[in-house]
Amino acid sequence: MSGNSPNRRRSAAALAVTASIALFASACTGQSTSEAKDDASKETTITFWHGWSAPEEVKAIQANVDAFQKAHPNIHVKVVGNINDDKINQALRAGGSNAPDVVSSFTTNNVGKFCSSKAFVDLAPFLKKDGIDPAKTFPKAMNEYTQFDGRRCTLPLLGDAYALYYNKDAFKEAGITAPPKTWGEFAADAKKLTKAKGDSYEQLGFMPTYHGYESTTEHYIAQWSPTYFDSSGKSNIAKDPAFAKGLAFQKQLVEDLGGFQKLEKFRSGFGDEFGAKHPFHLGQVAMQLDGEWRLGMAEDTKPKFEIGVAPLPVPDDQAATYGKGYITGTIAGIAATSSKQNAAWELVKYMTTNTEAVVNFANAIHNVPSTLDALKSPNLKYDPRFKTFLDIAQNPASTTSPASVNGGQYLVSIQNLGYDVEKGKQGDIKAGLEKTAKEIDTTIDQAK
Amino acid sequence: MTTYTLRAKRRRAALRTAAFMSPWLIGFGVFFAYPLISTVYFSFTHYDGFADPTFNGFKNWSYVFNDYPLFWPALRNTLWLVVVMVVCRVAFGLGIGLLITKIKTGTGVFRTLFYLPYLAPPVAATLAFVFLLNPGTGPVNSVLSDLGIPAPDWFTDPSWSKPALTMLAVWGVGDLMVIFMAALLDVPKEQYEAAELDGASSWQRFRFVTLPNISPIVMFAVVTGIIQTMQYYTQPLVAGKVASGIIGSSGQPFEPGYPDKSTLTLPQLVYNLGFQRFDYGSACVVALVLFALSMAFTALLMRRRGGLIQAGD
Repeated sequence: MSGNSPNRRRSAAALAVTASIALFASACTGQSTSEAKDDASKETTITFWHGWSAPEEVKAIQANVDAFQKAHPNIHVKVVGNINDDKINQALRAGGSNAPDVVSSFTTNNVGKFCSSKAFVDLAPFLKKDGIDPAKTFPKAMNEYTQFDGRRCTLPLLGDAYALYYNKDAFKEAGITAPPKTWGEFAADAKKLTKAKGDSYEQLGFMPTYHGYESTTEHYIAQWSPTYFDSSGKSNIAKDPAFAKGLAFQKQLVEDLGGFQKLEKFRSGFGDEFGAKHPFHLGQVAMQLDGEWRLGMAEDTKPKFEIGVAPLPVPDDQAATYGKGYITGTIAGIAATSSKQNAAWELVKYMTTNTEAVVNFANAIHNVPSTLDALKSPNLKYDPRFKTFLDIAQNPASTTSPASVNGGQYLVSIQNLGYDVEKGKQGDIKAGLEKTAKEIDTTIDQAK
Repeated sequence: MTTYTLRAKRRRAALRTAAFMSPWLIGFGVFFAYPLISTVYFSFTHYDGFADPTFNGFKNWSYVFNDYPLFWPALRNTLWLVVVMVVCRVAFGLGIGLLITKIKTGTGVFRTLFYLPYLAPPVAATLAFVFLLNPGTGPVNSVLSDLGIPAPDWFTDPSWSKPALTMLAVWGVGDLMVIFMAALLDVPKEQYEAAELDGASSWQRFRFVTLPNISPIVMFAVVTGIIQTMQYYTQPLVAGKVASGIIGSSGQPFEPGYPDKSTLTLPQLVYNLGFQRFDYGSACVVALVLFALSMAFTALLMRRRGGLIQAGD
């Protein structure tokens, strides 16, 4: 081949440059905002984005919207489903005629960004205008995770509560008469329920590793009632003993149940978290930390054992607080780019505060109702075991992870520390927490 | 001819040239120059995608290099993959190409068999590999155990996750195989015959006849391989997420790189910073690091003298 290096060099260089830059050719438009000047009593059409995609869920949210339109015949709602936060972020930045007016998101992690960036409008004036007091309307934890830094830009649209699922047959076989109420009892039960098979397990009492689906650091540590940030907004994880205690407990549990390597190898054979072959459904694990959705999902697979539900255990020195848990949920807000904010508010208000709407929606998709009135409603239909989740949602000691300016990145930092602790890479938990606290503060500072 | 006429002629020629080049110039400006300048600009700003960008000097650069805990592991992984994965892919692509050009019967069948994996969608192929290499239930480890060979934990072991990804990349080496086959079939037979008459061994024929003839193709394979590896995103992300067992709800932030950040690559950081942490400035810094690395590797390889591979003259 003849030498034409300069040309080839230029071509290759151009290719390299394009390849790299193409990675980050993002849309870079500023946010446009508008005031709520529309007349909600006039004929109008608003767009509502949500994330539900399963047929039953889509049917349920459509029924919810239909009921709203019946009550507000002048407001027509265009519903767009199966939307995730990436699409929401793009739409909130770009605006335009196809952008949503009302947005719901499954995760509470981005509330801090939605509020601080003013991508969602402040709902306080709307709430005030309609005489709605969030503190008296929503459970405490849900009230917390829908606002950031004094700015309320979202409202809860049903919630999730986390509890302990247990295999009643396995409990009976192991001679355990009641679900554990403290972590001490829990660790003892987990060991009793564990049956070895060769160098693996026939049945594991509990999968303690942080990759064990919902066994994340924030779900464990919630039982120690942690305070993530101090009054100045700095990370509090190195000062609040809840974090060190939670991490140390989990690490000990990992060791007691066989060690990280053995557990991780067993876990790698588990089925999908949201599939029929979930290890709890198959009896591979006898206890599972999970949200309220697991009950219906597990019963749908017709397991060969009876399922029990109980609140998650609490630290031995906090036995009196048994019954609390971790709360999170779906949120709804109004896009700042919307030119129909008053009409949009009518939909948000209806879906999040109308007791009948909340109860009907909760009945349809088996989530936890997100208002105090709905939680006590006689129209709420549920399996008796579901009451555990309703109680956790109403328990004032239940906690959540607060909103942060850069999404849930501080939770990711803590989770990463957890991974290092459980595998023994980070032996000194206190030093690890101090380093992670610094990392969280730096990351938040970078995001401001 | 007067000077005036000459000038007019030259001007017309220049305009004609510019007119012919205009599609490229527009494309270059819109898809290359503008994104490049924007990326450099945003790397010096605080920009969350919502509010207008504000100049913040070298803060993003300092954050990425000094405080962002994922940067150095991702850079190390990317360099590891560039060195090992690219070399393995080129070696296997060339090796299979050589084998297939040598066999007499069933060439079409073998070509198809070796090319087919390249057509598998990256996500499906990665899922299949994670399943096959599952340390607890995967068939590969079952066979290894039956043979008494110690079975690695593959995608759940930080020291084996990148080799497992390399195996996945080598499995889909059909694209290089086809290119090398075409190059090998293009080598003049007379040169092999002359070498044989001179008593050259198989290795000597490969070293002194085949390799010089196909060296531009080897260079092409290496350069494009490096660029592809710099952009390596889907496979490590899917492998990490599936092996970790954490499949969060849509839009929920997750930390790529399971196990122990071993499958983290620089493109994943661009996504993590830009779209999960709303920190476009720092994401631009990582994009520019990728750009600089791509340029450096390409420049190193394209050097006429002293480079790793000599371009054929």
